[in-house]
Amino acid sequence: MNDVSHAMPMVLAEGVSKSFGSNEVLKGISLSVAKGEVMCLVGPSGSGKSTFLRCINHLEVVNGGRLFVDGELVGYTQKGDTLFELHPKQAAAQRREIGMVFQKFNLFPHMTALENVIEAPLHVKKMPKAQAIARGKELLDRVGLTDRMGHYPAHLSGGQQQRVAIARALAMDPKLMLFDEPTSALDPELVGEVLDVMKGLAQSGMTMIVVTHEMGFAREVADSLVFMDGGVVVETGIPREIISNPQHARTQAFLSKVL
Amino acid sequence: MTDSRPQAKPLATGSSPSLEAPSHSGPIRAVKLKHPWRTVIAVAIIIFAVLFIIDASQRTAYDWPSVGKYIFDRRVSEAALNTLQLTIYSMVIAVTLGIILAIMRLSPNPVFKSVAWFYLWVFRGTPVYVQLVFWGLLAIIYQSIDIGIPFMQPWVSFQTTAALNTFTLAVIGLALNEAAYMAEIVRAGLLAVDKGQEEAATALGMTWFQTMRRVVIPQSMRVIIPPTGNEVISMLKTTSLVTAVPYSFDLYTRTRDISAETFNPIPMLLVASIWYLLFTSILMVGQYFLEKRFARGVGDRKPEKGERTGPFTGALTTVRDASTGSTALPIADKNGGDSR
Repeated sequence: MNDVSHAMPMVLAEGVSKSFGSNEVLKGISLSVAKGEVMCLVGPSGSGKSTFLRCINHLEVVNGGRLFVDGELVGYTQKGDTLFELHPKQAAAQRREIGMVFQKFNLFPHMTALENVIEAPLHVKKMPKAQAIARGKELLDRVGLTDRMGHYPAHLSGGQQQRVAIARALAMDPKLMLFDEPTSALDPELVGEVLDVMKGLAQSGMTMIVVTHEMGFAREVADSLVFMDGGVVVETGIPREIISNPQHARTQAFLSKVL
Repeated sequence: MTDSRPQAKPLATGSSPSLEAPSHSGPIRAVKLKHPWRTVIAVAIIIFAVLFIIDASQRTAYDWPSVGKYIFDRRVSEAALNTLQLTIYSMVIAVTLGIILAIMRLSPNPVFKSVAWFYLWVFRGTPVYVQLVFWGLLAIIYQSIDIGIPFMQPWVSFQTTAALNTFTLAVIGLALNEAAYMAEIVRAGLLAVDKGQEEAATALGMTWFQTMRRVVIPQSMRVIIPPTGNEVISMLKTTSLVTAVPYSFDLYTRTRDISAETFNPIPMLLVASIWYLLFTSILMVGQYFLEKRFARGVGDRKPEKGERTGPFTGALTTVRDASTGSTALPIADKNGGDSR
């Protein structure tokens, strides 16, 4: 297990709630992710785990509670008791330090693998082109796609596309990586290659929150496992213990279906 | 997945002897299907076309010598250039304004939305000819154009007739009408881009403007260009209405004015048509290249060459085998079917 520091957590959620109209998706989520920790979020469809992930980088606006990333309030600034909405540019600046990987990859189809990876460093970080290309090549090499740099996403397999997407997120040197069901859209034989890359990332000390159904990955790689159902955290703890000995009936029911 | 493979293999090899039919080996050589009616109709059309051309070349009403005389007449070629300028200027303005209107219509801001909607209602709801007449009468409705703070002495003031000549009014009239149609084409293009694209760009820390310029608009171009090409060609021909302003130096009005002197309208119509066709052909070639440019990454899907690349270190492969293979059951298979 990684050295979990007792200093300021990377992500701190205090009673986070989120509704879409009258549909309350998150009903007071409180949890904390330490620096260097790998947390797996599991739970049935509609349990709110993806929504929670999207709240962390402000893709969804939280309705209640507080969410902090690296000690910084997400989406707002607080002066006294008053919250002020962030200007979109300030919100964009917050997101720069949070990498996100999507279920459907969402690569830019009009750009090659390398162009996808250097896009944000070039235009958001204003990195010099030569430096961005060198870094992009290094990252694609790291995810095992040295020979696919000039390929367009349409000419890559799902597993390769997702690995490009991971490299693209890493190119911004994030301090936190969010994975939203990164292997759910993949053919079974392509899942392993993506999990390998994520495993390497976890071993390098990256703080990661992974929404997944891959219990094997959770057991091997994660430091903590959070089981969510119906918009609340039902059970949280060490993955191996929860998987082998779930305390809550709902956790037991869920695990019996996915294992 | 590992369980089914060993079973499938013996089945495949077992069934192969029945496929061994030496007489049917090698490529198929079959008699091509004949299409006799195709030939008959083609011949009939060719005969008809040839007869029509021979007839047309001899028919005095077409007056081909006059066509030849006026096709490169300086008045005509100048007018052709004017028509081309009207088309290009008004399309450039229309596309720019159309993008702005489309973004306004998609904006969450209710003021922008309503303004864009009202603009479309007015400019799509009235004929372009009527609008052009209105622009021609602008100087009568607003004698002077003042710039400054309302109810105060204007900083600058000039006579409308002096500031805006009929060519400018024609461009404004055509452009503002076309912008309403371009707005809808651009809107369709923007909506055609997957929502995940905007999300991915946002998650990378790109601002709204960067997301539009680098990610959304380039992808929407594929949807926008074909109907825009259509609009350019349509605009080229709509310029023949600028006589309503009245601007009379465009191709159609000029050739009509010449025929009013010669009392011979038919060859002048042919002259105008030939010029319009020439420009349309050039525009179509331009459209082809634009479409090719914006089809990057979504063109023909090449079958993947070579083998998949492996994981980036050997050490990790063993870890993965431990997690997905021996310890935790073939979980990958279970979740593969669970596509949400």
